[in-house]
Amino acid sequence: MLGSFDPILLARIQFAFTVSFHFLFPAFTIGLASYLAVLNGLWLYTKEHKYLELFRYWVKIFALAFAMGVVSGIVMSYQFGTNWSVFSDKAGPVIGAPMAYEVLSAFFLEAGFLGIMLFGRERVGPTLHMIACGAVAAGTFFSAFWILSVNSWMHTPAGFEIDAVTGQFLPTDFWEVIFNPSFPYRLFHTVTAAYLTTAFIVGGVGAYHLLRNRRSGQLSTGATRTMFSMAMWMAAIVAPVQIYLGDLHGINTLEHQPAKVMAMEGHYQSYPDGAPLYLFGIPNEETQTLDYAVGIPKLSSLILKHDLNAPLDGLDTIPDEDQPPVGIVFWSFRIMVAIGFAMLGIGVWSLWARFRGRLFDSPWLHRAAVTMAPSGLIAVLAGWVTTEVGRQPFTVYGLLRTADSAAPLEAAAVGASLIAFIVVYFAVFGAGTYYIIRLMGHSPSPDEPRLKDDIDGPIRTAGITPAPGEAERQSTSKPQEV
Amino acid sequence: MPITDGVSLDLTVIWAFLIAFAVLVYVVLDGFDLGLGILFGAERRKEDRDVMMNTVAPVWDGNETWLVLGGGGLFAAFPLAYALILPALYAPLIAMLLALIFRGVAFEFRWRTTRWRGVWDIAFIGGSTVAAMSQGIALGALLQGIDIDKANRSYSGGWWDWLTPFSVTVGVAVVVGYMLLGATWLVMKTSGPLQERMRHRAWIYGVLTVIFIGVVSLWTPFLQEGYYSRWFTGWQVILAGVVGVSVLALAAGMFLSLRVHAHEYWPFLLALGMFILSFVGLGVSMFPYIVPTSVTIYEAAAPRNAQIFMLVGASVLIPIILSYTAYAYWVFRGKVDVDSGYH
Repeated sequence: MLGSFDPILLARIQFAFTVSFHFLFPAFTIGLASYLAVLNGLWLYTKEHKYLELFRYWVKIFALAFAMGVVSGIVMSYQFGTNWSVFSDKAGPVIGAPMAYEVLSAFFLEAGFLGIMLFGRERVGPTLHMIACGAVAAGTFFSAFWILSVNSWMHTPAGFEIDAVTGQFLPTDFWEVIFNPSFPYRLFHTVTAAYLTTAFIVGGVGAYHLLRNRRSGQLSTGATRTMFSMAMWMAAIVAPVQIYLGDLHGINTLEHQPAKVMAMEGHYQSYPDGAPLYLFGIPNEETQTLDYAVGIPKLSSLILKHDLNAPLDGLDTIPDEDQPPVGIVFWSFRIMVAIGFAMLGIGVWSLWARFRGRLFDSPWLHRAAVTMAPSGLIAVLAGWVTTEVGRQPFTVYGLLRTADSAAPLEAAAVGASLIAFIVVYFAVFGAGTYYIIRLMGHSPSPDEPRLKDDIDGPIRTAGITPAPGEAERQSTSKPQEV
Repeated sequence: MPITDGVSLDLTVIWAFLIAFAVLVYVVLDGFDLGLGILFGAERRKEDRDVMMNTVAPVWDGNETWLVLGGGGLFAAFPLAYALILPALYAPLIAMLLALIFRGVAFEFRWRTTRWRGVWDIAFIGGSTVAAMSQGIALGALLQGIDIDKANRSYSGGWWDWLTPFSVTVGVAVVVGYMLLGATWLVMKTSGPLQERMRHRAWIYGVLTVIFIGVVSLWTPFLQEGYYSRWFTGWQVILAGVVGVSVLALAAGMFLSLRVHAHEYWPFLLALGMFILSFVGLGVSMFPYIVPTSVTIYEAAAPRNAQIFMLVGASVLIPIILSYTAYAYWVFRGKVDVDSGYH
């Protein structure tokens, strides 16, 4: 049955599926690792118990998300070879080195210090434990640095020559390879996206507990308020920064990958005297027109060229065989941008509520924040779809076609493994997500259990726990934990 | 083999050693970790399982990172080998990756649910077993040789080429060997009845491991003419003899240390010694081929400037990684038991 499918299409679906699923976890944990490092630092510095509470609350969620990120990430490091061996052979001499640097400088740092971060507070003392938290956070950033450098090289290849015999890309200058033209923009846009993603999840959880406490007439604890407040500061400050970074990234893309921007904008035709910004439209690949288009005249030229009347070329200038699929790119881009502006809206709203002293007493803001909790995850996926589908039909932009990159594959093998990945990912990561959401459903409490205090573990009564801050728990059969 | 100049030769050999080192460290570190997962199936009490898992909970993630370095390093330093070997080992590698997902998440998931704990325990056992088996099968399939189309730089074999009596034997051998590592690790890290049971198990798995090492070692030379002449012509017979006797000596030492209740880290260290020696033997068989017996390390090597660029980072970072990995193990040293956690 599977034999009749196109193996390259199946391999593309498999890569898109595994990498999208994988990226949801780092998109969350990059920000969460930094958040935990900040919380731990604040706890050590201020000795306010609410920070330790929040650390213990979020570190349990972090451990789950991080484990899922690790195991889904190992899949990625083998996926290049199993399904895209021609790409690996050809691009390996160039992008292999930065990927090796990612393993050496990031993965080991994260993994090596994770155990100490999760279980080592009592064993190594506060200073080294703080260093471990910082090392894990730094590791997530280094990881993003290297893998985004590799990804950016596939969009804007630089610093290489092509071997006439083997067709391999050979590095001529690694500085140019790593700092290729789209890299700085993609790096800051993506890392900022990760911070926003985390901020909205944290803010959403905080808002949920504020609402719940309000309904049950309870006073929200300092920890709940602090988590919401910190997240809303992030939204207010980082969302506008992100929109600005996105604009810079778009202008960079126009310079290096104009066809992608044409698809994002839905510009099938060229606009010699200023191009409109389409808010809505149905891309029609057959007629090469944007049906039912609703647009603002000349705004696209203003955004991309900072000039109302600047000419912009359309897809009519790009050969058919080099065009990306417009429909997907056009819509995924709009989803990302819409979420970005909604995040900005929440940020502004929270500033206003804060200014009026009603940050913790604005149920509609809290409802909006709960609704927006997963918005960052959707936005990063939409953003990746925009940039990756927009790079098609190439793996290395302009130089190596996707159709020429795949391994000598049999559809049955790729299809069978694809089904296995789909079943396993939904079952396993579905369960993990359920555990995360269930943890989020509990309010942070002054008696916040540590990472592996069993859910059916030692019976404790809230009344007889030691004073906050020096809660030296009777440990069960588990390592000493934070 | 095209050896162009001395420097390039050295760099390629250095990189071959570094990749081999990464794989060896992976086998040494994740071997006991996977073996422990397999042994989970034999220990049914929740308290014992908690203890077992907690002996590796702080370090398993770091252990598995060496597998990423092995794969990623192969991609970076020998891209052609990566592009040939991975499609050839498609099924066992996918099985290994899926198995590692199950066992990896089990570390976190089993603490988050009472009702489903049994399911995640099975995921841990099954994942560890399938991962170990797949690694052994992949090794066996690589050793027996991979069909390639050299002109097109691509794998030319079929999708079931990896499945042979030899590869399955190596698969079982790795499972048994990992169980030995897991059992001796637990002798070192636990106490009381659990430790006694592991002491007993280590005996059984030790005997089986020695048998499997013997079978695979005697089988391998008959897979390829090159292996045979490597081991059984001229003075090399002596080398083969020395390796064989050394494995037996290490095994004898291990059995002795299990019996006389010497320092409890001895069985683990001696079992590791058997693994390291077997690994060196594999290296002797394969060198200088990276895809036996069609592609050498020189043919598959990344260009020299990439080798140099990576070597700069590796020579700084690998010692740092080894130091903080050692530090993490040091932090969590000592016995784990039901009553008092780490102490």
